[in-house]
Amino acid sequence: MDGFSWTTGQTEGEYGMGDFSYFETKDLSVGYHGKALIHDICVSLKKGEILTLIGPNGAGKSTILKSIARQLQTIRGSVCVQGQNISEWNAREAACHLAVVLTDRIHPELMTCRELVAMGRYPYTNAVGRLTGEDRRRTEEALALVHGEELAEKDFMTLSDGQKQRILLARAICQDTEILVLDEPTAYLDIRYQVEILQILRRLAREKGSTILLSMQEIDLAYKFSDRLLCVKGDTIFAFGDPEEILSGDMVRELYDMEQGYYDALLGSVELPQVKGSPKVFVISGAGYGIPVYRKLQRDEIPFATGILFENDVDYAVACGLGSVVFSTGAFEPVGEETFLAAKEKMLEIGTVIDAGCPVGSYNQCNGMLLAAAREAGIRVIADVSEI
Amino acid sequence: MLEKYGIIVNFVRAGYNESTKDVERSAMGKQSIRIPVVVLGMILLFLTGLILNIAIGSVPIAPLRIFTLLGQGIRIQMDSLIGAAHGGDAMHRFLTGSTEARILFSIRLPRILLAAILGGALAVSGFLLQSFFGNPIAGPFVLGISSGAKMIVGITMIFLLKNISFMNSAVMVAAAFAGSLLVTGVVLLFAQKVPNMSMLLVIGIMVSYLCGAVTDFCVTFADDQNIVNLTAWSMGSFSGADWEAVRFSFVICMAGLVLSWLLAKPMGAYALGEAYARSMGVPVKTFRISLILLSSMLSGCVTAFAGPVSFVGIAIPHITKSLTKTSRPGVVIPLSFLTGAVFCLYCDLLARTVFAPTELAISTVTSVFGAPVVIYMMIRRAKGHESGVAL
Repeated sequence: MDGFSWTTGQTEGEYGMGDFSYFETKDLSVGYHGKALIHDICVSLKKGEILTLIGPNGAGKSTILKSIARQLQTIRGSVCVQGQNISEWNAREAACHLAVVLTDRIHPELMTCRELVAMGRYPYTNAVGRLTGEDRRRTEEALALVHGEELAEKDFMTLSDGQKQRILLARAICQDTEILVLDEPTAYLDIRYQVEILQILRRLAREKGSTILLSMQEIDLAYKFSDRLLCVKGDTIFAFGDPEEILSGDMVRELYDMEQGYYDALLGSVELPQVKGSPKVFVISGAGYGIPVYRKLQRDEIPFATGILFENDVDYAVACGLGSVVFSTGAFEPVGEETFLAAKEKMLEIGTVIDAGCPVGSYNQCNGMLLAAAREAGIRVIADVSEI
Repeated sequence: MLEKYGIIVNFVRAGYNESTKDVERSAMGKQSIRIPVVVLGMILLFLTGLILNIAIGSVPIAPLRIFTLLGQGIRIQMDSLIGAAHGGDAMHRFLTGSTEARILFSIRLPRILLAAILGGALAVSGFLLQSFFGNPIAGPFVLGISSGAKMIVGITMIFLLKNISFMNSAVMVAAAFAGSLLVTGVVLLFAQKVPNMSMLLVIGIMVSYLCGAVTDFCVTFADDQNIVNLTAWSMGSFSGADWEAVRFSFVICMAGLVLSWLLAKPMGAYALGEAYARSMGVPVKTFRISLILLSSMLSGCVTAFAGPVSFVGIAIPHITKSLTKTSRPGVVIPLSFLTGAVFCLYCDLLARTVFAPTELAISTVTSVFGAPVVIYMMIRRAKGHESGVAL
């Protein structure tokens, strides 16, 4: 792509793409001042995989990453790359194998971004740090990869947070290592920069075969972008595995000790807690028309009933999180007589209907029939929450 | 067919080379002109300062005469070096022959050279401390390191002179080095407790007062003759310069300069903070110790020969960086040395001529120019990083 020529390191051979033990932590314990905070961390990754650490604030994600990046002394156990314990590396070897992006705020004086990125060539330059043509080429490549060409001549201290983060990432890329460790690379960034950074990381993993370990607050993004997730909670590892396995069901609520609210792993949407109480309004919806209405009701703290939804309808996922009563039918199943009557009865009992505006077609005729029944019974049918 | 491919490949390669060259050119563009211009300017200022310093004084020496005298002196010196007959005698005759020659070679030239060497050393010492603390407002004077050196030198002077009445340059430098290290150690101990830089400066100033008090205490109980020596020296001045001091400080400061320059690479990485430096393979502990040792050696040397000199260590690296618009240690270290030399040349010129025949202490002049620079830096920093940055 774009004429980049990556050295792909050891993609083949004993520790190829398919080997799970390319990167491994064995019964690793990490902590400060000789006291272990988190025990028995066992993680194994293939080359070119992205591992994301998620978990509550203060759970020790940074501690784990710092220990892996050799910024902190490990307490017990080992971290191995290609079967070699990384504590056996000397300072230069470590710098050639592993690069970091940290949360430390740095204040280099009068340093242009290009100079900062070129600093990544440190392990490869001679005693006085002279940059060769190759070093300069790598610097430009790294800058291009983070779309930072136009920042190259700018003073690093004048950049915005998002730009700084991209330049720091370029510095790590420029260090040309097989492993990248990033502590909260998306923190304080707006959604555009978050996506941009994650996209660059994916590209590195795919094209260069970089193995990437990072921590993140945004579980929805972590789920969508990681190959593996590591959930850190308390003094041990809560879970490690594929994002699909891990973020299913109530795992997220348990991980974060969420007593209220609702997290839908599949859609990656977070909902505020459901409004309790008997429903005051009945929402007829479907095909996503209902979601804004549900949210508005939730904000106004109006409990509601809704239906009749197919269980594969996008409205259904949110309705389950927010609605007091949900009338539904199985995916691609016609609505049964029983369900229809129950819904109609509930609607008439509530006495107010919101028509979310979902078109009525041949497969959701029941919703049209509900509306008709409501008008026939002379109860209020409105189109917007504000009319209540 | 193959040839055709060859041409295409060559074409592509040429195109690639062109574009990378363009990138490099635009990258280096302004920078590559700016730095040589600054260096050239400093060299011109240095040479002008040299001539002014020689020419101006109680006995003025005409500029043209300076060159004649210098030429003669150097020729005689060369003759004596290559072992020509009676070199020493010739030098003696030359020096006693004219007042101007004597003033130039025995008084003004050593003083000028000492001022230049020590001024440069002080600037580099300051820059090393600034790298160490990651803060441009650190310096040997404000952190009390100069005062510590002064204290130990003072004590050594009094007790040695009392007992042996002998004090050579090596002992002075060793004492000043020990004093610098002592105070740096104390400041570092506090630095671990209070990560805040402004508190560190306050501690530096307090330590400086404390060392001053101890020095004063010793002076009070010293013999009269010693006090005369000590007060002249402790005011800070290049007036006592002789060739021995020049030779000695030249060796030490040049060694310090070269060693510091060899640390330029890790210093650049260290500017990104300790953690990043470590991740790039900087042996952080060894590096930090080397910085402190070198910085103490340089500032100790200055204190030993000229007493404490204020603000040069902060102001000069700042001026150098502002002029060159870079903080690359490989550039800033040698250029700070040059700029420090120029600065001290002119300051010393002012110190001895403005109120002639009375001489001012060198710190009196350097403070007038250096302190405003430091105040300006502090204000700008306070404005720039209101949020959460340890000043």
